[in-house]
Amino acid sequence: MKVDKTKCMYCGSCVGTCPKNAIFLEETSIVFNEELCIECGLCEKVCPVGAITAE
Amino acid sequence: MRYDVVVVGAGPAGSRTAKIAADRGCRVLMIEKRQEIGVPVRCGEGVSKKGLKELGIEPENSWIAADIKGARIYAPNGKHVLLSEEQAGGEVGYNIYRDIFDKSLAKQAGKSGVDIMLKSSVFDVIKENNNIKGVKAKSMGENMEITADVVVGADGFESQIGRWSGIDTSLKQNDVVPSLQYTMTNIDYTEYNDFYIGSVAPGGYAWVFPKEDEANIGLGVQLSKIKKGGDVKKHLDRFVEKKFPNGKIMRIVAGCVSVCAPIEKTVGNSVLLVGDAARQIDPLTGGGILNALICGTIAGEVIGNAVKKQEFNKTLMEYERGWRAELEDKLYRNWIAKEKATTLSDEAFNKIIEALSGYDFKKISTIEILKGIQSKYPEIMKEFEGLI
Repeated sequence: MKVDKTKCMYCGSCVGTCPKNAIFLEETSIVFNEELCIECGLCEKVCPVGAITAE
Repeated sequence: MRYDVVVVGAGPAGSRTAKIAADRGCRVLMIEKRQEIGVPVRCGEGVSKKGLKELGIEPENSWIAADIKGARIYAPNGKHVLLSEEQAGGEVGYNIYRDIFDKSLAKQAGKSGVDIMLKSSVFDVIKENNNIKGVKAKSMGENMEITADVVVGADGFESQIGRWSGIDTSLKQNDVVPSLQYTMTNIDYTEYNDFYIGSVAPGGYAWVFPKEDEANIGLGVQLSKIKKGGDVKKHLDRFVEKKFPNGKIMRIVAGCVSVCAPIEKTVGNSVLLVGDAARQIDPLTGGGILNALICGTIAGEVIGNAVKKQEFNKTLMEYERGWRAELEDKLYRNWIAKEKATTLSDEAFNKIIEALSGYDFKKISTIEILKGIQSKYPEIMKEFEGLI
């Protein structure tokens, strides 16, 4: 997954929605754990501002 | 570092839990990943006066942004129903500055002796024989382990503490509402909080909460009704363009709201969840502040007992029983109502608002609203059977 940092608000919507807990939010960074990701696409859909795209 | 209690997250749930536990003699540390408590705000910022009063929270001028006289619910056809102050028993609510509100609650915790650590990310829990024994954190670049008898996950929608501790907080797509809000100026001020239902915000609603010379204008959409990332912003931009074409954006707030039925457990071995982390948000309104404070109070009291008795796993179950006795029925009932409401068409919403506008409310509550609908459109109420 790819995050557009110019759009991301670090709101945590993707973090709490991810069924595999593969996303971690720090104060101003989002970290994806690609090993846990099952490519369900929920993080992309849940983002209120459209900052996430599947690679 | 060693404490009796470590609280992760310094929102209302965390600060309240920490304060109450400290008042009962516990040594408490509260950890917050942000560099400033309450910032950035992630909230619509409306709260009921009655709810605050029941919690013994004195209103402070510093965080009151507006005194609200009632709520107006707008149908897709533009007609509305007014739920006024008189019906609510004389008082409705405040719109607040959540950053100042959160700081005020954190100050109360601090004055009760709670240690507070900011800009500190918790990245794991410490486990020992199936018990949670503390947390691992990175504070201003420094890794540290903090051991504690009780770990409190007050870490919001994106809660990690629960998931690391084996508490299932996962959500179905029907129960997730990503939201976006603009705080705007140069709009007409009213004394009402407005709600817009129907296809303007599929499976959610749009809101306008005034604050002095600005207003929070936001919108949430049910995740199951979203086709593409960024849809929420498109819906909000369309709403704003139509209703507030001259409004100017002062602030953008993004966030996600859980609107699920009460989850199965909120307590694990030496760990408990409170507030949004425990999915204690009202599923119909999306309101979370008061429930976080109610549950934080119960959590703090129970933790106080547990630390005093040095008996943790059994004592912490009193929190599970306590908050459920207070809130579970209402959360469940409002979840059912939300599930039904999200299936209704714009035509059905038009009829419902029309029915309600002619109904003499005795008080403002979900049940009263449902009764109001039933009095005129019993056929719509078939959908809500069993709730009244």
